[in-house]
Amino acid sequence: MNPRLRWKTRAFAAIVILSNAFGNLSLTWGMRHGAGEITASPLSFIHAVFNPWVSFGIVLLVLWMLSKMFLLSWADLTYVLPVTAFGYVLNAMLGRLFLGEMITPARWAGTLLIMAGVTLVGLGTPHAGESR
Amino acid sequence: MKAWLLLAVIITSTVTADLLQSHEMKQHGEIHDFRPSGLRRLLITLARKRNLILSVVCMAASFFAFMALVQVADLSFAVPASAGSLVIETILARLILKEQVNARRWMGAALVAGGVWCLSL
Repeated sequence: MNPRLRWKTRAFAAIVILSNAFGNLSLTWGMRHGAGEITASPLSFIHAVFNPWVSFGIVLLVLWMLSKMFLLSWADLTYVLPVTAFGYVLNAMLGRLFLGEMITPARWAGTLLIMAGVTLVGLGTPHAGESR
Repeated sequence: MKAWLLLAVIITSTVTADLLQSHEMKQHGEIHDFRPSGLRRLLITLARKRNLILSVVCMAASFFAFMALVQVADLSFAVPASAGSLVIETILARLILKEQVNARRWMGAALVAGGVWCLSL
């Protein structure tokens, strides 16, 4: 794998992780502060979408979707999924810091397991067929 | 019960969307041109791909279910629990997309899946 592609892959993986975590945080904050209760009616979703925090979250999640699509154009799905799974750890941390959620020891243990898995996969290259 | 139902919708639609997206983007090939004009041409080309449109529909279903889920569950539960799709996706990527999944990736995916399971406890 050439250095340019390696750099591009890591940069896009970082964008995917950060846009997803902060997008989810903004969306959750908005859904719990002024978005109203979600019911089976589509109008409740439309009302929620116009909450500024929800809107900002959606913008970040669109960025996440596009950057993930770009990344998938050259990297295997089985590489992209575990590497970007670091976002789950970041989501838990943001939930604890900004939403005041209780993170149990089991959840922190899960965080460490995910980090170990991410590290293991990250030592490889995006294409499984390439030499390591 | 509502949270688990929403979670099932999220996982099913996410798996379908990721497989369709990966298949279609591989067909398209690596993206080199990141200039605005290049990106515009790319979006026009991609907007005509049926599988990609279907994947966006699945992602929308997943997204709306997620919006409802974060109202009834913790973010630190909703996000990792929805990653239950990872193991199914790794298996289907091997079976359907014919991706080469070596031992390191299987082990990494298994650790991530185990971690996700712990996070959801």
